[in-house]
Amino acid sequence: MEWYLPVIWAALIGTAVAMYVILDGFDLGIGILFPFARTESERDQMMRSVAPFWDGNETWLVLGGAGLLVAFPKAYGVVMPALYLPVIVMLLALVFRGVAFEFRTISRSKTWLNVAFTIGSTLAAFAQGVILGGLIQGIRVQNGAFAGGTFDWATPFALLCGLSLVAGYGLLGATWLAMKTEGPIAERARAQSKILLLAVLVFMAIVSLWTPLADSRIAARWFSLPNFYFLWPVPVVTALVAFLTWYWIETGREVPPFLATIALFLLGFLGLVISVFPYLVPPSLTVWDTAAAPASQIFMLLGTLLLLPLILVYVGFIYWLFRGKVREGESYH
Amino acid sequence: MDFDPVLLARLQFAFTIIFHIIFPSFTIGLSAYIATLGAMWLRTGNDRYHLLMRFWTRIFAVSFAMGVVSGIVLSYQFGTNWSRFSVMAGNVIGPLIGYEVLSAFFLEATFLGVLLFGSNRVPPWLYVLSAAVVAVGTAISAFWILSANSWMQTPNGHEVRDGIVYPSDWLAVIFNPSFPYRFAHMLNAAYLTTGFVVLAVGARYLVAGRYIDEGRTMLRMAIGLTAILAPLQLFLGDQHGLNTLQYQPIKVAAMEAHWDGSKPGDFHIFAWPDEKAGENRFAISIPRGSSLILTHHLNGLFPGLNSVPASNRPPVAIVFFSFRIMLAIGMFMIATALFGAFLWWRGTLFETRWYLRVMAQCWWVGFVAVIAGWIVTECGRQPWLVHNILRTADATSPVPGATIAGTLALFVIAYGVVFSFGIYYINRLIAQGPTGPAASETGHFSASPISAAHDAGRTAVRQT
Repeated sequence: MEWYLPVIWAALIGTAVAMYVILDGFDLGIGILFPFARTESERDQMMRSVAPFWDGNETWLVLGGAGLLVAFPKAYGVVMPALYLPVIVMLLALVFRGVAFEFRTISRSKTWLNVAFTIGSTLAAFAQGVILGGLIQGIRVQNGAFAGGTFDWATPFALLCGLSLVAGYGLLGATWLAMKTEGPIAERARAQSKILLLAVLVFMAIVSLWTPLADSRIAARWFSLPNFYFLWPVPVVTALVAFLTWYWIETGREVPPFLATIALFLLGFLGLVISVFPYLVPPSLTVWDTAAAPASQIFMLLGTLLLLPLILVYVGFIYWLFRGKVREGESYH
Repeated sequence: MDFDPVLLARLQFAFTIIFHIIFPSFTIGLSAYIATLGAMWLRTGNDRYHLLMRFWTRIFAVSFAMGVVSGIVLSYQFGTNWSRFSVMAGNVIGPLIGYEVLSAFFLEATFLGVLLFGSNRVPPWLYVLSAAVVAVGTAISAFWILSANSWMQTPNGHEVRDGIVYPSDWLAVIFNPSFPYRFAHMLNAAYLTTGFVVLAVGARYLVAGRYIDEGRTMLRMAIGLTAILAPLQLFLGDQHGLNTLQYQPIKVAAMEAHWDGSKPGDFHIFAWPDEKAGENRFAISIPRGSSLILTHHLNGLFPGLNSVPASNRPPVAIVFFSFRIMLAIGMFMIATALFGAFLWWRGTLFETRWYLRVMAQCWWVGFVAVIAGWIVTECGRQPWLVHNILRTADATSPVPGATIAGTLALFVIAYGVVFSFGIYYINRLIAQGPTGPAASETGHFSASPISAAHDAGRTAVRQT
């Protein structure tokens, strides 16, 4: 039990983070692509395509944060101080883009709210990438507490991860728009998808090469035998999915490119898990080092097993309810 | 420049949580009001309720968005600013917050989507049900977060080993001694806060001579609610105070600025607590008033601040004055709500213009009372973060003061901008009124063909 519980919780938090990245990813992506819209009516449509969902999408971020506190309080207590500035910048950016959603429907002059929405979305995506990079590259820990400086996270690698996530969310947003809108927005989104897909693949390649070169443990995880026999399909499948994404965008398919982009994200996430597991705070703290008391993990696990399926049902319901395309002039509230 | 990280971490958290509490204390009540309007619309088929429902839903959407984004901040600040608290108390606090997210946040956020955008995609009953689900979600959220806060005030059901808290009885953790009182007091405060906002908006329309029917409906509903809840709050607050006296007597001593526990306590209407000298200056007091309130006995004794060393006392002045602000507003609410009910009974409510003018200006009273009340209970808990277990000074993150100061400045600027625009836009929605673009632009549907015809008739009349 003491061995399994932290693994189960790591899987659950991983699921919450993956759900967040995919779901909020496409609505942050809308913000990243906002400046490329030509008219206010186009921007209205873009926003309308995610308006019923964004609140719920961001709740997965709260679940990720709360989940870490619930299941791995010692990791939560190390990671947050270590990544203090990017975390707070991300939160403030989310504040601005979140309120821009609602304010924009009331305000007569939309220019500044468009700016707040774009900058907030882009900065939040960038900060999330930096947080991820800061975690992968390792956090200095002494006696179970963060022992580094305010700017330890600020490395070229972390900044590269920030840019990667901006491109990735942009791709999710573009393929979402191609699926949920029609006319000039959808056409432009298809063109953007291709550029962003190439950018994402370049970033993925750089990150995939950089991490094993910089960290011998990650290199050993992937390239030692017999690991390599089991792991070689991951990059191969990624390449295949990337090709299919391109092919489906090129042939004007609506839904498959979005789903394929999600698959790309999940494969990237899988690669990350393979690289760092069982470390939750590389390079020193594992999921077992940082786990909460079994009584706490079990108490919360019972609630999660009961409530998470219910949540998935009504989240599914709302996506079903607002299925189909958003048309020009379709009213907001 | 030398920054004190503990003080700055406290200031930053105080600022972000005070900003946040403004929105839940409004949206908890407002969602319940919207659901009530929806139920009345379904039952009577009267389109006025539907119109009011759409109107308040727009205002709800803006407030809720500000509440959500400022709430996400808090769920990460436990780690950024209070990492030692997270490590030490995470086993207990974590699941309480986890249950809040799982049982309430997803429910609210998802069904808000139906409420805001689903009116032409779902049948009316499901649309109204979504409003009710949102209202229930906000109350469940309050349940868990107040349980977590109450555990920090009156920890129970746990044991401490090697400086880490371990749960031993979850029911005792959740229903810790102060939780039922705090939950009832806060939930009632949220409904009262909303009641006074609705009252003020209704009064504002009547004073301006616009949206007379809608204004009267709002006024009646708000006075009916507050005339019951405001006196009830006095009772709940009294019970909560007695509970605090039992478990956190020094907090009560600070609320009353009561220094010497060997004598009965006076109730100070005004005083300047001198924390160095350990006495009050310029006191205007009702002799033995506090003893009467707290022990229901003129000669009753209760512990004074001098019974503990200064290092175990909360800051007295802020607790003392915040308590008086909350109390004064509470009395004002009782007086105005009951007077409004009296005018209603006399049949002169809508003609008593001075009363309407005053009430139209009083939308903010509930918010100030809620903030003052939270300052009393949070500052009154000091110097502890978890009462008698963990001191605030020992709970901070290993983050330098300058970093916290910088981000505090960012929070002040960002929240200042967001708050100003939020108030501005909500005021614009109110100025546009229930029949303005806020409600009519949406092509709303009607509950029945009859009310649809009625609706069309109204529009035709208005256009001529």
